[in-house]
Amino acid sequence: MKIVVCIKQVPDTAEIKINPETNTLVREGVPSIINPYDLHALEAGVQIKEELGGTVTVITMGPPQAESALREAISLGADEVILISDRAFAGSDTWATSYTLSRAIKKIGADIIFCGKQAIDGDTAQVGPETAEFLGIPHISYVKKIEYIRDGVIRVQRMMEDGYDVVESPLPVLLTVVKELNEPRMPSIRGVLASRRIEIKKMGMADIEAREDCVGLKGSPTKVKNIFAPERRKDSMMIDGTPEEQVEKLIEEMRKIKCL
Amino acid sequence: MDYFLTEEQQVIRDLARRIAEEKVLPVRAELDEKEEFPWKIMNILAKSDFMGIYIPEEYGGLGYGTLELCIAIEELSRVCLGVSTTYAANALGTYPILLFGSEAQKKKYLPDIASGKKLVAFALTEPNAGSDASGIQTTARLEGNEYVLNGTKQWITNGGEADIYTVIAMTDKSKGARGASAFIVEKGTPGFSFGKKENKLGIRASATRELIFDNCRIPKDNIIGRPGMGFIIAMKTLDKSRTGVGAQGVGVAQGAFEVAAEFAKTRHQFGSPIISFQAIQHMLADMAIQIEAARSLVYSVARYIDSGAKDISKESAMAKTFATDVAMKVTVDAVQIMGGAGYMREYPVEKMMRDAKILQIYEGTNQIQRNIIGQAIIKETTARM
Amino acid sequence: MPIIIKKDKCTGCETCIESCPYDAIEIKDGKAIINEYCNECSACLSVCPEGAIIKKEEVLVKEELKEREKRLQDYSGIMVFAEQRDGKVAHVSLELLGAGRRLADQLNTHLSAVLLGADRSEAEELIKWGADRVYLCNNHSLRTFNDDPYTDVLSKVIEEYKPSIVLAGATPIGRSFIPRVAARVRTGLTADCTSLEIDKETGNLLQIRPAFGGNIMATILCPDHRPQMATVRPRVMKKGQYDPERKGEIIELNMDEIESRTKVIETVKETAELGVNLQEAEIIVSGGRGVGGKEGFKLLQELADLLGGVVGASRAAVDEGWIPYSHQIGQTGKTVNPRLYIACGISGAVQHLVGMQSSDIIVAINKNPEAPIFNVATYGIVGDLFEIVPLLINKIKEIKGLS
Repeated sequence: MKIVVCIKQVPDTAEIKINPETNTLVREGVPSIINPYDLHALEAGVQIKEELGGTVTVITMGPPQAESALREAISLGADEVILISDRAFAGSDTWATSYTLSRAIKKIGADIIFCGKQAIDGDTAQVGPETAEFLGIPHISYVKKIEYIRDGVIRVQRMMEDGYDVVESPLPVLLTVVKELNEPRMPSIRGVLASRRIEIKKMGMADIEAREDCVGLKGSPTKVKNIFAPERRKDSMMIDGTPEEQVEKLIEEMRKIKCL
Repeated sequence: MDYFLTEEQQVIRDLARRIAEEKVLPVRAELDEKEEFPWKIMNILAKSDFMGIYIPEEYGGLGYGTLELCIAIEELSRVCLGVSTTYAANALGTYPILLFGSEAQKKKYLPDIASGKKLVAFALTEPNAGSDASGIQTTARLEGNEYVLNGTKQWITNGGEADIYTVIAMTDKSKGARGASAFIVEKGTPGFSFGKKENKLGIRASATRELIFDNCRIPKDNIIGRPGMGFIIAMKTLDKSRTGVGAQGVGVAQGAFEVAAEFAKTRHQFGSPIISFQAIQHMLADMAIQIEAARSLVYSVARYIDSGAKDISKESAMAKTFATDVAMKVTVDAVQIMGGAGYMREYPVEKMMRDAKILQIYEGTNQIQRNIIGQAIIKETTARM
Repeated sequence: MPIIIKKDKCTGCETCIESCPYDAIEIKDGKAIINEYCNECSACLSVCPEGAIIKKEEVLVKEELKEREKRLQDYSGIMVFAEQRDGKVAHVSLELLGAGRRLADQLNTHLSAVLLGADRSEAEELIKWGADRVYLCNNHSLRTFNDDPYTDVLSKVIEEYKPSIVLAGATPIGRSFIPRVAARVRTGLTADCTSLEIDKETGNLLQIRPAFGGNIMATILCPDHRPQMATVRPRVMKKGQYDPERKGEIIELNMDEIESRTKVIETVKETAELGVNLQEAEIIVSGGRGVGGKEGFKLLQELADLLGGVVGASRAAVDEGWIPYSHQIGQTGKTVNPRLYIACGISGAVQHLVGMQSSDIIVAINKNPEAPIFNVATYGIVGDLFEIVPLLINKIKEIKGLS
C-alpha cells in the first residue's frame, strides 16, 4: 500500500496577535507547527501502514524552513519525506498549490492520499479536493472513521452537519480528515533520532515537470488585493455594579430589544 | 546543571518529559483517586519505544543502558510515581531473563517485552518473607518434564495486569540459601491466580496483588539458569534495578520542589510573596541541594554500572537509599511550604508525599540497604588490613 | 513586482518585516528587500514609518488589456449553487440568492440558480426568492450529495452558460465539491467570504474573508479568470425578499447517465441531542473554558430553555469533552447569527469570534476585564458567570411568574 500524506507548516494562529497601532499581523516569535489537522492525516496513514503494510511518504510544498515539519513527520512514523520547493512556487494560491502537489504525487505514485481538513492559516479546505481533481481521482472530505479497506475499495464515514454519510470509493483515492478520526501519536525515540539524521529529498520545477503558467504567483487565479484588521464593534457598553445590579440592567436591555 | 548527556539521552529525557506532561499530568489525580491502572499511558510509552530502552537490539530493544532507563524513570516520576512504578517494574521483572536467561528464553520473551505487548512482574516477597527474603516458602517441585509451584507471593507490583512473571521459589529446602530457583510463569497458566487488588497509601495507579500458586504446572524449560541460582538471580536483579528506584526518588523530589517553588512565588502574605522570606528560601535551598546531590549520585552509579562494573551492590544501595530518603524529606517539605493548600487534594504535592513513602520500603527497605552497604564496608576494610 | 521598497527612503528599521504575514521581506546590505514569497497584500505599505514602500498599479499594455477583455467578455450573470437536503432547498441557498440578487442588480445582470436532485416546485420557490432563471436537474441519483456527479453537472453548466460569478454555501457539501469544480474549470475560488462587493472601477467581485485564524481580513480578487467563484458560510448573508408573484425561467437539464466513482451507502442523522438547529436559533447561550465542566453547561441549558434558545460552545469547552462538537461555534465549528448571543466564560479568541460576531446583540460575561470578547460585546459584564447566570435565571423566572 503506497500512502502519501500532504502536510503544511503553519504559524500557530492561536498565538498570532494584531499590532494595535498599525493594525497588522505580528508574526514575530510565533512558533511554526505542523498544521494540527495534518497530524491526524499522518496518524491515519501510519495506522494503515501498520495494519496492511506499505510505506508512508510525507510531502510538503513550502520554503526551506518547512524541512523541520518533515523531520517531525519522521519522528511520528513517516518512512520517507520530500520537500516540494522551488522559487517558482512562491505566491501560490490554492489552485496553483494543488496543481503543484498533484504533479509531485503523480511522480511519486499513491494508493491513498491523506490531507488534513483545512490549514489553520488559510482555512480554505480547498487544496485536498482540488489536488484530487488534478490527479483525476475521487476524493472524500471530512473523513471521521475508516470502516475498512479491502479489494481495492475503501469505506469511510464522512462527517456532515447533522450526522454522517457512509461512503465507498475505489482506490486510488484522496481523503481529507477531521480530528474525530484518531488521536495522533507521540513521537518515538527511534523516530526522533532518525528525524535528525535523515536527508531530506527535494523536488523542484524540473523534477515534477510542472507547467510554468500553472505554478506560483503567475499560475494563481486569485490575488490578494489587501489585508486589514477586522472591525471592532462600536456600540459596546459595560454594565457595572453588584451582580444583582448588573443582572437588573441586563434584563432591562433585554426587554428593550424584545428578547423577554 | 548540565550532566553532559549524549544525544540519545537527551532525546529520551525530552520525549519522556513531553509524554509525562501531555499525557500523564492531566489524568494523574484521577488515576490516584480511582486506583486505575494506566493502560493508555503504558501503550503510549510502548509505541514510543520506551519499553525496550534497556533491552538489546537483537531482541527488538534499543540496546541502551541503566542511565537511559533512569532518565526515563526520573521524568515520569516527576509527574506521577504511580505511573513510573508501573513502568519501572517491567524492568525489574525482566532482568532475571535478561541477565541469566537462556538464548531460547530471551528469544521467546524479550521481543514482546521490548515492544510493550506484554507487561512483566517480579515475584519474590511473601507474607513471611519481606526483608528476610531467604524465608520464602513457595515451592517448586520437579515432576518429570514439569515444575509444580505451590505457595503465595504478596504485594507484587503489576500483579494481575502483567502477562509474564519471574518467580523465586524453593526447589530444595535442605540447601538453604542455595535452595531457591527462578522461574518464568505466564498469566493464564492453570493453577496460577491472583488475590484482590491492594488498597494503598500511595502509588495507587500501580496495581499491587497477591499471586496464588496452587499446583501450578510449568514446563521444565521455564527455569531460569540452573536450580539453586534463585537468590543470586534475585540479588543481581535488585542490584540492577536499585538505581531505577533512586531515579524515582530524584524525579518525585524534583516535581514536588517545582510545585512548591512556583507556589511560593505567587502566594502573598504580609505584603510579599512568601519566597522572599528566609525561612522559605532556606527550605527551598536545602531541597535543591539534596535533589542535585541525589541526581549526581544516581547518574554516577548508573554510569558506573554501564561501564561494565561487576560489583555494584554497595553503590546501587547508596544511590537508592540516599535518593529515596531525599524524596521523602523534599515531598514533606513541599507540603509544608504550601501550607494548607499543600494538604488539599486539589494540589499535587500531598499525593507526591504519599507516593514517596514506598520508595524507602520496596526493593529492599532502606534499612536492608544500609545492611548491604555495611557488609561491603566490612569486606573492604578487612581486605585492606 | 508591484510592491517596491524605495532604497533611498529605507532606513532598515525592519518594521515591515514584522508585519508581513508571508515572511516575504528580508534585510540585505542594511535595506529591506521583498522576495518571491510576496503575495502583494500591501500590509507593509501602511506600517513603514518612512513611507518607503509603494505599490505600482498594474499597468497593462493595450494588447494585454484587449486579451483579457476577450477572455472575460463571454461571461455574464450571477449563478448560485442551490443546495438541497432531502429534496428541500437549504436555508443557505436563500441567503445566497439574497446576496446574488444584490450583486446582480448592481451589475445590471441576471441571477440564476442551479438545483440538483429536487423537483420543479422547489425550483419555483427559488424564483420567488429572487432567481431569474433556475437550471434544474431532477435526476434521482442526485438527491443525495455525491462529489463526482455534482462536480460533473455543475462544471458542465458553468462551461455552457458561462456565469461571471458563482456562489455556493461553505457547507460540508460546498466545501467538498466546489473546489473540484474550480480546479476543473481553471478558475479561482475564495472560501468563507464574509462580504461580497463589486469594485466600481473594474466590475470585479471583491471577496472579503478572514485569514490566519480570523486574526486578519483579506480582500481577494480573481481578475483574469472566470467565473469568479466564492463560498459563503450559512448565516452570514441575509435572505432577499420573497415575492410570490415573481416570474422566471426553469431550464431542465438533460444529463445522460451520470457516472460516479464514489458511492454513498447510507446517511445517518445524529441530531438527537440538538433539538433546535444551532444555526437557525434566534437566541444562543454559549459557554467556554470558564464554564469549567459538564455541570456548568447544565446551568446554561436552564437559561437557554427559559429564553427559548439553544446552547452553544467554544472550541475549548468541546475539546475538554464538556459538550459535543455539534454545539461548537467558531472557525472550526458553526457560524451563527442569532438575535441574542450570550457568551459565558468565553475569552473571545478570534477563532471563536468569526463564528458569532455578526449576532445582533452580544452579551459577554467573563471574570477577566481584559478578555477580548468585550471588544465585540454589545453589553459586557465583568463577573463570575456562576453568580450572574443563576441571578439571571431567577429574575427571568420571577418575570415569567415561574418561581
